[in-house]
Amino acid sequence: MPKRKGGIPTLTSKAPTAGLLSVMVALFVFSLVPTVTWGQPAPRPPTNLQGEDFPLDDGRRIQLTWALSPDDREGGLVEEYILLRSTKEEGPYTELPYSIPLGSDSYVDSGEVDENGVTVVEEPRNNIKFYYKIIALGKGGVRSEECLIDGPVVATRQWFHPGRVNMLVASIVLSLLILFFIWQASLGKELYIRPLAGLEAVQEAIGRATEMGKPVLFIPGIMDMDDIQTIAGVTILGRVARMVAEYDADILVPCSRSLVMTIASEVVREAYLDAGRPDAFKPDNIRYLTDDQFGYVAGVDGIMLRERPAANFYLGTFYAESLILAETGASVGAIQIAGTAMPSQLPFFVAACDYTLIGEELFAASAYLSKEPKQLGSLVGQDWGKLIFLLFIIIGSIIAIFNQLNPDLISIKSWFEIQ
Amino acid sequence: MEIANIPFWDFFGVWVAALLTLFIFSFLYKDNPFYKFAEHLFVGISAGYFVGYYYYNVLLPNFWEPFYYQGRYEYLIAVILGITILFRLSRKQAWVSRFGFAFVIGCGAGINFIAYLQSNALAQIYGTITPLVSLVSGEGGILVDWKNTVFNLVAIIGVCSALTYFYFSKPHKGFLGGVARLGIWFLMISFGASFGYTVMARISLLIGRMHFLIFDWIETTINVINGNIAIGSTF
Repeated sequence: MPKRKGGIPTLTSKAPTAGLLSVMVALFVFSLVPTVTWGQPAPRPPTNLQGEDFPLDDGRRIQLTWALSPDDREGGLVEEYILLRSTKEEGPYTELPYSIPLGSDSYVDSGEVDENGVTVVEEPRNNIKFYYKIIALGKGGVRSEECLIDGPVVATRQWFHPGRVNMLVASIVLSLLILFFIWQASLGKELYIRPLAGLEAVQEAIGRATEMGKPVLFIPGIMDMDDIQTIAGVTILGRVARMVAEYDADILVPCSRSLVMTIASEVVREAYLDAGRPDAFKPDNIRYLTDDQFGYVAGVDGIMLRERPAANFYLGTFYAESLILAETGASVGAIQIAGTAMPSQLPFFVAACDYTLIGEELFAASAYLSKEPKQLGSLVGQDWGKLIFLLFIIIGSIIAIFNQLNPDLISIKSWFEIQ
Repeated sequence: MEIANIPFWDFFGVWVAALLTLFIFSFLYKDNPFYKFAEHLFVGISAGYFVGYYYYNVLLPNFWEPFYYQGRYEYLIAVILGITILFRLSRKQAWVSRFGFAFVIGCGAGINFIAYLQSNALAQIYGTITPLVSLVSGEGGILVDWKNTVFNLVAIIGVCSALTYFYFSKPHKGFLGGVARLGIWFLMISFGASFGYTVMARISLLIGRMHFLIFDWIETTINVINGNIAIGSTF
């Protein structure tokens, strides 16, 4: 038989069938490699697969435990474990794509979602019976025999978390304090709120805009209406818009969320109605730009440069756009009032704006402007809550000195531990 | 020497990105037609992009898949509440939209109440309660750990005074005023540290953009002109 330079035999016309057959046989043999793995023995299976509802959750997790395969050791036959799941004991069972390394004798099945948020494995749903099997996977993909769970497992939802009683107590105490002071305010009791420098300037800013014949720009942050700071910002918008309507100025509200735009439009319309000037309301001044953070910034910067507002309000949740907005506002000579509870953005507003409502002042602003009994009572109730927390910190820190000497002594710190 | 190859559309994309970056940077001089063009393009494209984003990442996985494939009909409630917001388009029936708004705002406030109480109140108190005087066991018995004691005192005084600043229902005069002033000093010092930290992060963003302009755009273009890189026809 002629040979190539490398000594590999080639097929010749003399024996085509025999050569082809030998190649096919070779291919067939190689195709068996992944399954027989050169005679690799299957590992012995894990045993005693047990399942129970994962404690203190919303009924979407199942805790599984098992006894390791006797071959699960360093240099042993086991490479990993595979879980299979079904809603019927007889199957069919679906292989779960979890990678459970050797040495693991437990796993929490809670479903799986990929990086795009698409469900890969459905989570074990509340009150549905699930059956599990576990297999030890050996070298080359050799599988052990299956170990079936002893009876079905059901994930159940727990309505009460005993490790969070402190949260319940704090919620009840705070709510009762707020309700009490709202009740006091509704009875006509005068509740004092200290002046907030930023809000004292609101009237001045709107007056300045009116005198200059320029609009007022109000930015309610870049988050949606489920964000508490956006809610606070939109509440203040109502007060600002009413003042704007009374002064016969214009207000521009570019929004980065469609829902915020819709609600801002409603709030401003009502403010104009309350001021007795519904005809002066301009729906086009409450605009949606885009949900994209920096696209929104580019749009607002453009509005600032072209409309040149005399007063800018930034009240809501802000991220990296805070300094870009505040700097552009300062460059067009607007008086600027900002307020946010984002600690990382407050320094920029403090540096670039005339007045800044720091953190909780944003939430107090609405009560201060409106003087409504509900909002005033809520604010005073929260103040009492802060006073109680302050006392706990001071007393807890003193007792903590003695906790170092005697750990069995009562520990106030442990009351605030959340599980 | 083997000549590197860059697909035509990659090269085109680098040029578009570089020019748009320069258009946006032109804002530093003053408002101009180039900035206006980039601004409107950015706003328009991102607004359109989010329509698709919400369709594929919100509507399909959060409604259509559970509703259609898993028969979870309770998801229709959310859709109905969403549809009520469309009633804003009708002047007479606009009141219906308030159901949707009320649900969103009410849920947002209610859920955040617990979240904020946990993270901003209880967890903070837990972290702040530390021994006013830190003790350690030494050869001579129990000794005061002065370093830790100072750290603990700064944290406790800082938190208590800053909390006093946010006390709204009493005038900030006398002792209360003094403690509140101390609180605002603590806040301003922390703002200063945060400012410096964030400015450094922004500088790194600028470096990233400059790196793109110099290496991905200018250097690649020079190499294409000199024939060191060939423009391919592949996508």
